[in-house]
Amino acid sequence: MMAANVSLAAPPPFDAERVRGDFPILDTMVNGRPLVYLDSAASAQRPLAVLRAVEDYETHSHANVHRGVHALSQAATAAYEGARERVRRFINARSAREIIFVRGTTEAINLIAQAWGRPRLRAGDQILISALEHHANIVPWQMLCEQTGCTLKVAPINRRGELQLEEFLKLLGPHTRLVAVAHVSNALGTVLPLKPLIEAAHAHGALVLIDGAQAVPHARLDVRALGADFYAFSGHKLYGPTGIGVLYGREELLTAMPPWQGGGDMILTVSFEKTTYNELPWKFEAGTPNMSGAVGLAAAMDYLEGLGVEAIAAHEQRLLQLATAELARLPDIEIIGTAAHKASVLSFTMKGVHPHDLGTILDAEGVAVRTGHHCAMPVMTFFGLPATARASFGCYNTERDVASLVQALGKAREVLA
Amino acid sequence: MDLKDLYRDVILDHNRHPRNFGRIEPADGRAEGHNPLCGDRLSVFVVLDGERVADIRFEGRGCAISTASASLMTEAVKGKDRTAIRELFDKVHALLTRSDTQSDGALGKLAALSGVREFPARVKCASLCWHTLNAALEHGAATVSTE
Repeated sequence: MMAANVSLAAPPPFDAERVRGDFPILDTMVNGRPLVYLDSAASAQRPLAVLRAVEDYETHSHANVHRGVHALSQAATAAYEGARERVRRFINARSAREIIFVRGTTEAINLIAQAWGRPRLRAGDQILISALEHHANIVPWQMLCEQTGCTLKVAPINRRGELQLEEFLKLLGPHTRLVAVAHVSNALGTVLPLKPLIEAAHAHGALVLIDGAQAVPHARLDVRALGADFYAFSGHKLYGPTGIGVLYGREELLTAMPPWQGGGDMILTVSFEKTTYNELPWKFEAGTPNMSGAVGLAAAMDYLEGLGVEAIAAHEQRLLQLATAELARLPDIEIIGTAAHKASVLSFTMKGVHPHDLGTILDAEGVAVRTGHHCAMPVMTFFGLPATARASFGCYNTERDVASLVQALGKAREVLA
Repeated sequence: MDLKDLYRDVILDHNRHPRNFGRIEPADGRAEGHNPLCGDRLSVFVVLDGERVADIRFEGRGCAISTASASLMTEAVKGKDRTAIRELFDKVHALLTRSDTQSDGALGKLAALSGVREFPARVKCASLCWHTLNAALEHGAATVSTE
């Protein structure tokens, strides 16, 4: 859940300048200017600790997992399963059996759609999502609807980009089998009110899947306190490698689900007459997994806890407030998404300048922002926009980066408006 | 990489004041183009006189490069026949993608688009209108996408 832990000891001051030193890529020059990286919501950069952990695994510990009695296979297995335990602690799951390694959030959601939804749902059943969702939390359900005849319902948002909770509650009913919503909107930064939403869904007998891709980097996650049945997130948004992500699921739910993909590692015995499936979590991990990715993700979690997840969140909130105030002073800038509770994501448009041109001009100034529909076309349609520019802030961003953004916007105005 | 190469005065002028902007109804050919990367959409309408494009208009919402390119295109192709338009498209395509292209007198104002090739992410912005015109001429009515 998105809440800061209260500690009796004074937290150490957060020194983003020192943090920057842990990220070698931030020394890159772009078009002759120092990189100002404001696209962590698309993919965060990796600290040396992650790069070294991956290199160390590849250099000293790599072989296939769960297969050999030889030393390297045991080392690889220990590294991979150690990473799983690290993830369990990071999100406070009850058991490592509840941690399924996947390629990313997208694969996790597809896994639930196909292994939980497809055998269970039929015509008349409903899946409820919000109008804020990323395509990864829309399209798998549309595919499932085509396969099973179930129906997709969409809870609306308001002009601030907040979920309309009362409308959401009205759409919940006896036919709702699953609620699948983002924890934080990738396009707007809105933090969704998960507590009341999950309680209401459970009161109607529906399960809840949370797309946590944009939330996990910004706040302490405790899946047990949150009460979600399934929670999905990606390693590369958490300062870890690409190609690795996590599906958390309550053990009794995962146990009752059939495997998703068939192959090696997900079986106990195979014969042409009868195959028996492996136990959790390996039942859902067919084929050789992404061991170095898992090791890198575990190192990212170590790194973030070393900095302090709450300290990072507080730092990012300061930057968000500063950037919001700075952009609000510019008469030709409109901030898209003004929810009361936001993560450090700032979507905006500039009058007279298409976001695509804005992205090119900011890039020429060394400032990297995302421009486009952010894989959330329905959100853009709601606001009547083809696209926005989006600046997002991570642990390594500073007030100087906000100033560089404002300065680069001035350049865009000069060139185009 | 110089922004002035991309956003030349001709481009800025055609972005601010697009020529031949609007619809033609009924049209002999029309097509819709879509660039999923940036969400740009534009429609091209043509009136034919035999093989010749007698009138052309475009409508849509896009970045400066895509709007200016479409505006410049409508000026360049009006009055030309299909063969001449195809030859012109080939020249524009080479201009947008190949660094060894020499400026060609036949391109006229379209030569202002030569800066786009230094910005590979923007080539599709400039070529969308041409693909859309192609579709309008080939199929009469169609939707094309840059992806």
